[in-house]
Amino acid sequence: MSITKQESSKLAARTGRNTANLRNWALAWVITCFIAVFGPKWWWDFNTLLSSIAVSLNLAVGAGMILSNRRYLQGLDELHRKIFLDACALSLGVGLITATAYGMLKNVKLIAFEPDINHVIILMCLTFLVGTIAGHRKYA
Amino acid sequence: MKNRLKVLRAERDWTQAQLADELDVSRQTINAIEKGKFDPSLPLAFKAARLFKLSIEDIFQDEGAAEQGEYSQGGY
Repeated sequence: MSITKQESSKLAARTGRNTANLRNWALAWVITCFIAVFGPKWWWDFNTLLSSIAVSLNLAVGAGMILSNRRYLQGLDELHRKIFLDACALSLGVGLITATAYGMLKNVKLIAFEPDINHVIILMCLTFLVGTIAGHRKYA
Repeated sequence: MKNRLKVLRAERDWTQAQLADELDVSRQTINAIEKGKFDPSLPLAFKAARLFKLSIEDIFQDEGAAEQGEYSQGGY
């Protein structure tokens, strides 16, 4: 067997490429979100056609980001894929349970304000982060 | 699952990073397998077996089966 320096960066190179690709798609998605939310108010005065195009573009770029995320996941080695999927499962579970309970709060008059979906998204992101860190610590 | 990965690696004087590169996984994965914290998939186990020119059973042993073997040898 010959172990050379050239061989040593296959996984790292692939992961680096996929991470950069995912970062670009995520950035593009955030930009299209911004355009779809603020464009109607600031730039085209709620023109239906332009708003439809902006939302369609946001959905199309979102689909691209999902595919890029899939490619990223497939490029990981099996331990990191497991850590990623475990964190996803935790985030999805917490998001589902919390969103359901949070949605009920207004109806049962436990909160006075309208529940905001963004709070659930932030919670899911934080849960995913905690799950990923916990996974890395577990297998360190 | 028990394994002899660390011993086999040491016999060949390879580092975890070198073995990880050969198996196209991260060093963290090799470390977790060696410590018994993570069980590799069948394709990865086959890859390791090919690399060391051994059978999978020579590298990985199922702890449950090993215990059963000990019991049967002891007449249980």
